[in-house]
Amino acid sequence: MAEAAPAKGGPGWTRWLVVAVPYLWSLVFFLAPFFIILKISLSQTAIAMPPYLPVFDGLSTFWESVGELNFDNYVFLAEDSLYIRAYLSSLKIAAVSTLLLLLIGYPMAYSMARAPKSVRPMLVMLVILPFWTSFLIRVYAWIGILKPEGLITVFLQWLGIYGPEDQLRVFNTETAVYIGIVYSYLPFMVLPLYSALEKLDMTLLEAASDLGCPPVKSFWVITFPLSLPGVIAGSFLCFIPIVGEFVIPDLLGGSSTLMIGKTLWSEFFSNRDWPLSSAVAVILLALLVVPIVIFQNYQKRI
Amino acid sequence: MAKTLGPVKRKFSPWDDPGAKPYIRFENVTKRFGDFTAVDDLSLDIYEREFFSLLGPSGCGKTTLMRMLAGFEEPTSGRILLDGKDLAGVPPYRRPVNMMFQSYALFPHMTVEGNIAFGLKQDGLPKPDIDARVKEMLKLVKLERFAQRKPHQLSGGQRQRVALARSLAKRPKVLLLDEPLGALDKKLREETQFELMDIQYELGLTFLIVTHDQEEAMTMSDRIAVMDLGKLVQVAPPAEIYELPNSRYVADFIGDINLIEGKIASAEGNRLRLACDGIGTSIEAEASGSGAAGETAWFAVRPEKVRISHDPPPEGTVNVLSGEVWDIGYLGDVSVYRVKLPNGAIVKSTLANVTRLVERPIGWDDKVYLTWPRDAGIVLTR
Ligand SMILES: Nc1ncnc2c1ncn2[C@@H]1O[C@H](COP(=O)(O)OP(=O)(O)OP(=O)(O)O)[C@@H](O)[C@H]1O
Ligand SMILES: [Mg+2]
Repeated sequence: MAEAAPAKGGPGWTRWLVVAVPYLWSLVFFLAPFFIILKISLSQTAIAMPPYLPVFDGLSTFWESVGELNFDNYVFLAEDSLYIRAYLSSLKIAAVSTLLLLLIGYPMAYSMARAPKSVRPMLVMLVILPFWTSFLIRVYAWIGILKPEGLITVFLQWLGIYGPEDQLRVFNTETAVYIGIVYSYLPFMVLPLYSALEKLDMTLLEAASDLGCPPVKSFWVITFPLSLPGVIAGSFLCFIPIVGEFVIPDLLGGSSTLMIGKTLWSEFFSNRDWPLSSAVAVILLALLVVPIVIFQNYQKRI
Repeated sequence: MAKTLGPVKRKFSPWDDPGAKPYIRFENVTKRFGDFTAVDDLSLDIYEREFFSLLGPSGCGKTTLMRMLAGFEEPTSGRILLDGKDLAGVPPYRRPVNMMFQSYALFPHMTVEGNIAFGLKQDGLPKPDIDARVKEMLKLVKLERFAQRKPHQLSGGQRQRVALARSLAKRPKVLLLDEPLGALDKKLREETQFELMDIQYELGLTFLIVTHDQEEAMTMSDRIAVMDLGKLVQVAPPAEIYELPNSRYVADFIGDINLIEGKIASAEGNRLRLACDGIGTSIEAEASGSGAAGETAWFAVRPEKVRISHDPPPEGTVNVLSGEVWDIGYLGDVSVYRVKLPNGAIVKSTLANVTRLVERPIGWDDKVYLTWPRDAGIVLTR
């Protein structure tokens, strides 16, 4: 129909601009760095500055460069079981932590959403409050709490549960990593869950009850399905960064925890093997694209 | 205004029978929200198989009354009995009462079919029975083609019909309908009204319905309650509410009415004379119970009972007013004439449009006479 035709001039290009800004943003800050990493990962180590042989430097030599491409790094990663174990261990730690976060975060978010309207903003504030201190300091604080002669040990000794010789053996284990991760990522799980649960129309639960559905059941047939978008958003918001997490396993997990973020760090800084660590990063990204695509598809369905 | 009540209108008046046991009983029920009283010391009996309507202005406590019966609110004081048993402490999912919500409250993640089947599934009915009942309900509300849609893919009226179907599907002993048909067009609404009456009659259910549509209440109800500020003003069958309102509030709330203030000049036997200084004459009426000489009272007469004509009525006729036609409202089936008396008061009279008029029998600014017989109106003292 005639009136449906888009207006010419002004509105057209402003709309284009609005769409273009986020694309430009990801082009400059994501796509370009990604291609640089990809390029480095296809190069070879060298004792130089920067420490790799140049490839793809200039369009004139593009076709020669293709011949020089070097997949050695990827082959190496695939052959050395250390990397495969690090990837798998990271995925496992991320999956288990996400599950723990859901189990702890859901009841928290639920009780926040059911709290009187007047106290809800304060509860949200309390959830965000830890962000006021540096993440690093908070993880360091956990060292003081968990280490063998740390606060928990002292407390348990004071209570008499621990003898003077007993010590907490959590520090530098995977358990400590889980504690650190769950603690640090909890707000990222609670907030999306809270916003999904808070929107829930209470009369739906009344209607369910009216039709003969007891409260526990109506949680599973009404509340939970309707909070799924929050569950999914929170899970991805936690799972994806946890896979690449470096600080927490480094500070709390010691040498016993294998995570890909730590491996990447040591390849990069200790071994100065830029091409190999770039390859590690590219594969990590490829692994994370899978859940992101699933997430995207899910959002489209809604 | 007056509608036929259909051939099945039964003789049903347990409220006149002192031995009849009420099915639902509100006993001095009060509900306060903070210091606001939404329902105020209300007592009401509703009988089994009754079709009971609640009428009243917005915010008078209709929904609150229903929510207490459904179990979503506990009365602040007083008792609610269902079939003789106190409902206090019985959770909503154990009450044989279903409610259709004013806001529909459809489950957004379920299809139309899923919504309607929800209550039946809770009862653990076998699947074929559920399917059959859902089909029947979809047919009733004419949504067969929309069974697989989600609520957000429906129009407002369609959503309302899903809500109606969902609450009806379980065939509860008591069905509470909070403005069930408000979003439907007139034709569909009338059809659904008759369907509801049939279902209610055939299955022997008790219906408590809130409506803002007086015609709807008149058509469907065995009794109507008029509420105001959390109290019941009058509870009576439709004809009684219309013809014998107990107060100016009810008279004015239901239908159209002329209210003329005056002082009771004399009350002898069943005859009563009301001196009305406002219109410069006195009105002859039948006495209706209360009202002694000297008291202030209001004469209430429905516009359709006021005759309007160009010709002066014969000598000796009681209740004659004269004035000029001030305004004519054409409503299709009837026209409403607003007649201005010499002192400025307005009296309304309706005339059925029995012919397709090209020229109105009575026009603007015509001088006309208004008359009504002695028993046409009623004298109200409050
Ligand atoms: N939960 C509540 N808290 C405080 N006040 C309430 C609450 N629920 C209802 N009210 C008040 O009680 C009064 C009656 O409300 P109710 O919903 O029963 O009105 P209603 O007669 O159904 O009106 P409507 O015809 O507009 O639906 C209103 O003044 C309303 O503001
Ligand atoms: Mg209401």
